Amino acid sequence: MSAVDIHSTHGVGHDAHLDHDHEHEHHDNFITKYIFSTDHKMIAKQYLISGIFWAIIGIGLSSIFRLQLGFQDIKLTWLKPILGEWILDSGKIDPNFYLALVTMHGTIMVFFVLTAGLSGTFSNFLIPLQIGARDMASGFMNMLSYWFFFVASVIMFVSLFLETGPASGGWVIYPPLSALPQAMPGSGMGMNLWLISMALFIVSQLLGGINYITTVINLRTRGMSFSRLPLTIWAFFLTAIIGLLSFPVLMSAALLLIFDRWFGTSFYLSEIYIGGEALPNVGGSPILFQHLFWFLGHPEVYIVLLPALGITSEIIATNARKPIFGYRAMIGSMMAITVLSFVVWAHHMFVSGLNPFLGSIFMFLTLIIAVPSAVKAFNYITTLWKGNIVFTPAMLFSIGLVSFFISGGLTGIALGNSAIDIQLHDTYFVVAHFHLVMGAASAFGLLAGVYHWFPKFFGRMLDEKLGYIHFWFTFVGIYLVFFPMHYIGIAGFPRRYYSFTGFQVFNKYMDLNHFISAAAILTGIAQFIFLFNFFYSMFKGRRAPQNPWRSNTLEWTAPIHPGHGNWVGEIPSVYRWPYDYSKPGASEDFIPQNVPLSATPESNLPHEQGLIGDEIEDMETGVVFDKKEEINAPTVKDHKLPKGSAGADQNIRNIGGDPEKL
Amino acid sequence: MDRNINLLQEEPQQTLAMHPKKFALWLFIVSIVMIFAAMSSAYMVRQAEGNWLDFEMPTIFWVNSGILLASSVTMQWAYMAAKRDNLAMLKVAMIITTFLGLGFLVGQWYSWVALVDMKVFFAGTASNPSGSFLYVITGLHAFHLVTGIVYLVIILGASFQYKIHSKNLVRMEMCATYWHFLDILWIYLFAFLLLNH
Repeated sequence: MSAVDIHSTHGVGHDAHLDHDHEHEHHDNFITKYIFSTDHKMIAKQYLISGIFWAIIGIGLSSIFRLQLGFQDIKLTWLKPILGEWILDSGKIDPNFYLALVTMHGTIMVFFVLTAGLSGTFSNFLIPLQIGARDMASGFMNMLSYWFFFVASVIMFVSLFLETGPASGGWVIYPPLSALPQAMPGSGMGMNLWLISMALFIVSQLLGGINYITTVINLRTRGMSFSRLPLTIWAFFLTAIIGLLSFPVLMSAALLLIFDRWFGTSFYLSEIYIGGEALPNVGGSPILFQHLFWFLGHPEVYIVLLPALGITSEIIATNARKPIFGYRAMIGSMMAITVLSFVVWAHHMFVSGLNPFLGSIFMFLTLIIAVPSAVKAFNYITTLWKGNIVFTPAMLFSIGLVSFFISGGLTGIALGNSAIDIQLHDTYFVVAHFHLVMGAASAFGLLAGVYHWFPKFFGRMLDEKLGYIHFWFTFVGIYLVFFPMHYIGIAGFPRRYYSFTGFQVFNKYMDLNHFISAAAILTGIAQFIFLFNFFYSMFKGRRAPQNPWRSNTLEWTAPIHPGHGNWVGEIPSVYRWPYDYSKPGASEDFIPQNVPLSATPESNLPHEQGLIGDEIEDMETGVVFDKKEEINAPTVKDHKLPKGSAGADQNIRNIGGDPEKL
Repeated sequence: MDRNINLLQEEPQQTLAMHPKKFALWLFIVSIVMIFAAMSSAYMVRQAEGNWLDFEMPTIFWVNSGILLASSVTMQWAYMAAKRDNLAMLKVAMIITTFLGLGFLVGQWYSWVALVDMKVFFAGTASNPSGSFLYVITGLHAFHLVTGIVYLVIILGASFQYKIHSKNLVRMEMCATYWHFLDILWIYLFAFLLLNH
């Protein structure tokens, strides 16, 4: 074994150095532990806290514009201390600032909360813990990923305080509105900062995504085959693949936009007159930007949604005390969604002058997504069917997600039709659709994940009663907000408009808008219950047992407060899939993944019994002790964890071969 | 013996695994491929819309391609030298590779000069997207090549400290992979531009 040791430290090149550094500064000080940490669990918490911070801002912005939309004559002078000049002397919101509000609400919620806050938190936290790895493939890259995100956040945050306002052209930043600084106040410095921030954000996502994929493929513990991966990991894995393929395209789109803005090229600009003067730009195509943007933009929807669906699969199976229905169908449908997400982008552009024939092709491809989505929805329902359901707050939020996914998804079938889209495009119908199916569903996945894994995050339990109150206010509130929006949308009212009363025909929806705004603000206020619960329980909550939900996955075999390296001693091996709940014959209603089949002869299925042979009773005699020793995972005691790559030489040692040949 | 085999069947299988860092490099390459795929398709979509300036590609691009191809050969030579522990040859080959890489960058600069002489501009009133795209695509490739040269210099430094040898090849292999990729990427881009300009 020692010969292999020497090889592995030499063979992994980089790690050899990092290994040295680690020896010298083994004692974590405040900075290496809480700020520049390479521990995936700490980075996950950093993402979670940042995500919560951004969610407060994002929801706060929406509350302000809901005030404007719901109550036309409201005097908002009391907001002057915060918003200053953006509140006009008449007490109304500056129309330019209204546009900034909706733009920043979209940007913040889609990218900073539901991409970074969701994937960043749970991919980082759960991937190593659930596949049985000491850390991510590269802890350093992981740290870099967070700090790129942090700098992106700071820049985006600063842009909120510019005198000319943050970017205001909608979160989709279509040129020419976004390309010409003279188009609107927000297209000046605000747009510059938006582009810089998003470029850094893309770098952060790529660093993170590369790490997730590498870790899932290469650092799984013994026995953790792909067909035994929890569905959470499958979801994070496929999400990372989508991100890896789509974010670089947004980078290209943004790059060309930057050249148009700063260097006078004409990729997206052509024959524009401002104040009667022709601009010099000739030959560009604004539609080109839409193609490039939506090639990211649509997969982005699934980057936001898939992790939430994965979390839901895990929580529903655990709390229904039943195996997930159709494990392979779930994986297959997620793969189908991954592939299809790249071939439907033009359904956002049906009314952009797209060739109608091309429109029908994209319509066809779009509607096919209903198939894997329906497979997932039915599998959730059939998992719940006749289960011994335990209604934890996490379970309620997961079931809420399924509800939003169905009710929001159904309107997607209508919207995907290129003919119906002519009426519904860019109306509140679209707003209602994507807020339910993508916004609320993903937010519920995020909340469900926090409620479920809070004991693993902080070693304490969230208060259940507050969780129930939070759930019912949020669940009912979200339906009260978004259901009426469908009607306003069908009537044709466009999104992003400053005022409902601008057109006589929409005046009759005024009361509906009062209602939506009141519901939205109440739902927003209800989130403070969660905030209180979160921060109070972090320090004062009931102490968590090791496996509070009697769950099967590996993270619950780790100590209550896992250290850097996750498991003390050997990493557990995996002998079964993660959904052995209520297995007939078993004494308990769950069998964790690290329990060998030989320990559960009473509940083994015939083919499983075949796997272990007849002589299982002799296990204790230690006949094959030597053989077993050779493929053992290293223990913390005899294995120095390299900082850069905790699992890098773990595999090399497991195989016991020459690292150069791997 | 029978008993051993029976018991071992229950032993969990070691999962398939590659070297994580090499694997991550390949994923990084995928993301670069996607950037250039986006550029290529943007180029073709825009070209199909007409109002497209046609011009001859400067001949210096052929020279640059030759230089970059040669640098790939010397890179491979350096790799083979490291594998055979021929450390002196490794250093020579790495130095040559680095200079060929720098030579390519200088050559690309002169190709831009040649383009300006042909009145193909990056921006401004006299520019056309066809020219702008050429500058952006070559510039973006040059940017990635700069990162490749930084990597080369790091490996070169390591080879002078005798840290690259047959028992410590991972970084060298990754460097070679990245450099060959940048070479192939350029050949693709050049062919693409020749066929579609």
